[in-house]
Amino acid sequence: MSYLPKPKLHHPKLPTNAIGLTRRDYEGAISTLCAGCGHDSISSAIIQACFNLSLPPHRIAKMSGIGCSSKTPTYFLGNAHGFNSVHGRMPSVLTGAYLANRDLVYLGVSGDGDSASIGFGQFAHSIRRGVNMCYIVENNGVYGLTKGQFSATSDWGSVAKKGAINTDQPIDLAAIAVQLGATFVARSFSGDKEQLVPLIEAALVHEGAAFIDVLSPCVAFNNHPGSTKSYDYVREHNEALNKLDIMLRRDEITVKYAPGEVTEVTQHDGTILRLRKLHEGHDPTNRASAMHHILDRKAAGEIVTGLIYVDPEPSALHEHLGTIAGPLNALGDADLNPGIDALESINAALR
Amino acid sequence: MPQPITATNDFVVKFANVNGSGSASANGLFARSILRMGIPIASRNIFPSNIQGLPTWFEVRVSEAGHMGRRGGVDMMVAMNPQTWDRDVAEIEPGGYLFYDSTRPMPRSRFRDDITVIGVPLTEITNAAYSDPRQRQLFKNIVYLGALSALLDMEVEAVQQAIAAQFKGKEKLVPANFAALEKGRAWAQENLSCPIGLTLKRADAVGDRIFVEGNAAAALGAVYGGATVCAWYPITPSTSLAEAFEKYCGKLRKDPETGAKRYAIVQAEDELASIGMVIGAAWNGARSFTATSGPGISLMQEFVGLAYFAEIPAVIFDVQRAGPSTGMPTRTQQSDLLSAAYASHGDTKHVLLLPEDPTECFEFGATAFDLADRLQTPIFVMLDLDIGMNDWLCEPFKWDPARSMDRGKVLDAAALDEAKSFGRYLDVDGDGIPYRTWPGTHPEKGAFFTRGTSRDRYARYTEEGAPYVDNMERLLKKFGTAKSIVPRPITIPAKQPARDGVIFYGSSSAAMHEALAGLEADGIHLDAMRIRAFPFHDDVAAFVAAHERVFVVEQNRDAQLRTLLVNEEEIDPARLIPVLHFDGTPITARFIHAAVAQRASAANILPFRKATP
Ligand SMILES: Cc1ncc(C[n+]2csc(CCOP(=O)(O)OP(=O)(O)O)c2C)c(N)n1
Ligand code: SF4
Repeated sequence: MSYLPKPKLHHPKLPTNAIGLTRRDYEGAISTLCAGCGHDSISSAIIQACFNLSLPPHRIAKMSGIGCSSKTPTYFLGNAHGFNSVHGRMPSVLTGAYLANRDLVYLGVSGDGDSASIGFGQFAHSIRRGVNMCYIVENNGVYGLTKGQFSATSDWGSVAKKGAINTDQPIDLAAIAVQLGATFVARSFSGDKEQLVPLIEAALVHEGAAFIDVLSPCVAFNNHPGSTKSYDYVREHNEALNKLDIMLRRDEITVKYAPGEVTEVTQHDGTILRLRKLHEGHDPTNRASAMHHILDRKAAGEIVTGLIYVDPEPSALHEHLGTIAGPLNALGDADLNPGIDALESINAALR
Repeated sequence: MPQPITATNDFVVKFANVNGSGSASANGLFARSILRMGIPIASRNIFPSNIQGLPTWFEVRVSEAGHMGRRGGVDMMVAMNPQTWDRDVAEIEPGGYLFYDSTRPMPRSRFRDDITVIGVPLTEITNAAYSDPRQRQLFKNIVYLGALSALLDMEVEAVQQAIAAQFKGKEKLVPANFAALEKGRAWAQENLSCPIGLTLKRADAVGDRIFVEGNAAAALGAVYGGATVCAWYPITPSTSLAEAFEKYCGKLRKDPETGAKRYAIVQAEDELASIGMVIGAAWNGARSFTATSGPGISLMQEFVGLAYFAEIPAVIFDVQRAGPSTGMPTRTQQSDLLSAAYASHGDTKHVLLLPEDPTECFEFGATAFDLADRLQTPIFVMLDLDIGMNDWLCEPFKWDPARSMDRGKVLDAAALDEAKSFGRYLDVDGDGIPYRTWPGTHPEKGAFFTRGTSRDRYARYTEEGAPYVDNMERLLKKFGTAKSIVPRPITIPAKQPARDGVIFYGSSSAAMHEALAGLEADGIHLDAMRIRAFPFHDDVAAFVAAHERVFVVEQNRDAQLRTLLVNEEEIDPARLIPVLHFDGTPITARFIHAAVAQRASAANILPFRKATP
C-alpha cells in the first residue's frame, strides 16, 4: 500500500467558504479503506464540517492512534498536520500538543479498540482533564485492522462474522464521557450525515473536551446479521434525541430547522446550538438526566443519537492550569530564561 | 583496646534512626553546621521504601581535603535505632566511637571493647523538659545535635546559624530549638570529656560552593534550558525533580503582569501518558520533559521508539534506582543504561547524558533540550538516586548570558515561503538531521504527516524496502553526528606513565577520584576517563586502544557500560575489566580501591613502584 495523492483540479465554480477555500481544500489522500467502510463517511463529514466552519486547515492538528479509524486523518485535511501515534495513546499526544499551543484546533480520531481497550485510560483522563478537543471515536464494535476480533464496545451476545458470541459487557463510551465530565457528548451514525456534520461542527467550536461516539459499521468484519453495529441494526434501533443546527457567533450556518419544540443553548463564545427536541424530557444541559436518558433508552433497546450533553460554560485544561493566554511554544529566551541574577541568588541561597 | 581514632576535619559520622522520627532535620542541621565552619562534607541518606517505622541512615563524610564520595567505614555511629543496634555497632571502625541514648542501660555484652562508648540519657533529658510526646521526640534530635556539637568541638554559632536558616519564615520556632541545643551541649560538657578524638576546626575549604541535590539542579537546568511543558508520574527517586521544576517555575516563570504561568505541568495518569504528552508537546514546538525511574522507563518504551523513528525531541530524566522490577526503590544503581540506550523494539539507539554531580545535572539539564532539538530525538539524562536525592557540595551553577536556546532545524513561515520544496525526512545537510516545521506554521507549505509507520523522505507512508532502509541508515548517520555534539569525555592522566586505564561515569566520580589517589599511593597508576555521554566520543575508543587493560567501574551487576563499549566500539571484551558495585548503596572509595588493586594483582599487573629515594 502506498500513499495516493489526489489530483488537485479545482472546478472554477466550486462554492467557496468565508476564507475562500473550496471543499476540495479540506480533502486528503484517496482512502485505502474498504469500499463502503463507515469511517470514510465520517472523513467526509469532517471535511464538510471544517469547510462549513471555514477553519484554516493548517491550524488544525489531526491526531490519531492505530487502527483503520486512526488511518483516516490521511484522508482528510491534507493541509493540516497529522500525527498517527501509537495504539490507544493518541489522547496523551494530543494533550501534550495542546499544552504546547492552545491556539490550534485539536481533532482526535480513534477507534473503539483504540479508545475503549488499550487506550481506555488515556481516553478517560484526557476527558476528565478538560483538554480542548473534538474527540471522535469511529465505533464499529470490532477490531478492523487486525481482522475481526471483538472490541470492548461489542454488545453482549453480539455475533462475530465467524460466529463467535461475545460474552463480555460492552463499554458505552458516550455514557462514560458524560460521567467523566466531558462538556460536550454526542453520538451519531456514520450513515446519518445530516445529524453528524452539525455535531462535528459544534464539537469543533466547543471550548472544552468534546466527545462524539460515531457508530461506523465495518463492512469487512461487522456488517452481518447478529452484529449490533451493522448498518441495518443501527438504522433500525437509532433513536434520535434531537436535531442540531449550529449557529456561529454571527453567521447562521444553517437556517433549516424544523418546527417543533426547540431548545437553544448559547455557549460562552456566543455559538448557538439550536436543538429540535424529539425526545420529550431530554434536557441536554443536565448531566444527571443525560446519563439517565442514555441508560433508560438503552434498556429499551434503543441507541440514542444526537447531542446528549453540553455544558454551555465549559472550561479547559489551560484555564485550570492558569497558563498564559498565548501558545507556550511561542515563548523565547527572554520570556523563559530567568537570567544570571536569578541564578546568582539561587546559588547564594544554597550556600 | 586500639588507640581511639583521632582526626580533625576528616572522618565519617553515621546516624542510625527510625524513619518518621523527625531525625532528618537534625541530621541535616549537623551537616550544614559543619559547612558553615568552612569544612566540606558529603552526606548520604540511606532510607527505606516506607513512611514510618523502618530503619534509616544518614552518613556524613567530613573531608577538608574535599573528597565528596563515600569513603567506606564509620568512625562514629550515632545509634538511635534499637532495631539495627547490632549491625550499627558492628560497622564502627576499631578505635571508633559509639554514641547512644543511655536512658535505659544497654547490657555491656552489647558493646564492643575496641571502641569508645558515649552514653547520653537523651530520653531522660527531653522527658524532663517537655511533656508533649511529639515535642519529646523532635527535641530529642536537637538534644543529640547539641551533645555532638560539644563532643566534636563544633562552633555553637555555626549550629545556631544553621538552625536560624532552617527556620527562616518560622522564626517563632528558633528559640525553642536553641534551648534544646543548649540542653544537649550543657549535659555533654558537664558529664563527658569534650572534645573526643574526632574534632572540627574552622577551615576555609568550602569556598563559594553550593550544597544542593541533583534533582533540584536538573530541574533548574530545565528552567534555564527553556522547558515549558513537564508531564510526569510520581516515582522515587525522581519525584523531587518534577516538584522542584514546579517550585522554580512558580518563582521564576510567571508573567509579571498577569501572574499567568509560562509553563504547564501535568501530573499524568501514568508514565505512558507522561511520555506521550512530552512527545505531543515537542512535536508542537514546546520544550518538554518528563522525570522518571526504571519502572517508568520500562513503560515508556513504545513511545520512545516512536519519538526516535518519527524524529521528535523529548527529554527524559531517568533517576535510576536499584532494579530489576521494583527492586530496591530507595536504593541507588546505574542499571538503566542499556534499557535507556536501546529503549523500544526494533533497531534504536538513544543519546544518554551522564552527569557526575548536581553542577552537571544543571548543565546537562539545560543542554539536553538543545540536543533534543538539534538531533530531533529523545535524550536521556541519567541521574541516579545518589546524585538525585542527596545534597552535594558542588560548584555553583553557571550560565553564559550570551547563550540562547538552540532550536535546531526548524523552518518558520518565512523560510517555508522561500523554500521550493520541503521534505520532512530529506538529509539536506548531509548530517542525517532533517528539517522540521511546527504545526500551524504556514497555510500551504510544510504540512506533513507524523507517524511511527515507515515513510519516504517526503513523509509519505510507504512499506517499500528501499525508503525504509534509506531512513534507517540516515538515523544511524544522525547518531554519528550526535557523537560530535554531546559532552566530551574527560581524561585524567596518571602522574606517571600508565599501562592501564580506568573508565567510570556518573555518581561514581567522587569516590573514583579518591580511589585513584589511594591506588597511586600504592603504586598503581591508572589513566582515568570519565565518560559523559553516549554515543561515545572517538576519544573513548582511542583511550582504550592506548591502554593494555581498562577497568570499567560501574554500579550495576551486568557491567552495562562495558557492554555498550563492546557493542558500539567493537572493543575486545578481554581488555575491559569490570569493577561492579550494586548493593544499592553509593559506591565507596575503599571499594573501588580494593577491587581494582585485587584485579590488578589477579591480572598480574605489576604496579610501577615509586622509586625509593
Ligand atoms: C501496542 C499494540 N498492540 C496491538 C496492536 C495491533 N492493533 C492494530 S489496530 C488494532 C485494533 C484496532 O481496532 P479499532 O481501534 O477498533 O480500529 P478499527 O480498525 O476497527 O477502525 C490492534 C489491536 C498495535 N498496533 N499496537
Ligand atoms: S476492515 Fe472494517 S474498519 Fe477496516 S477499512 Fe475495512 S471496513 Fe473499515
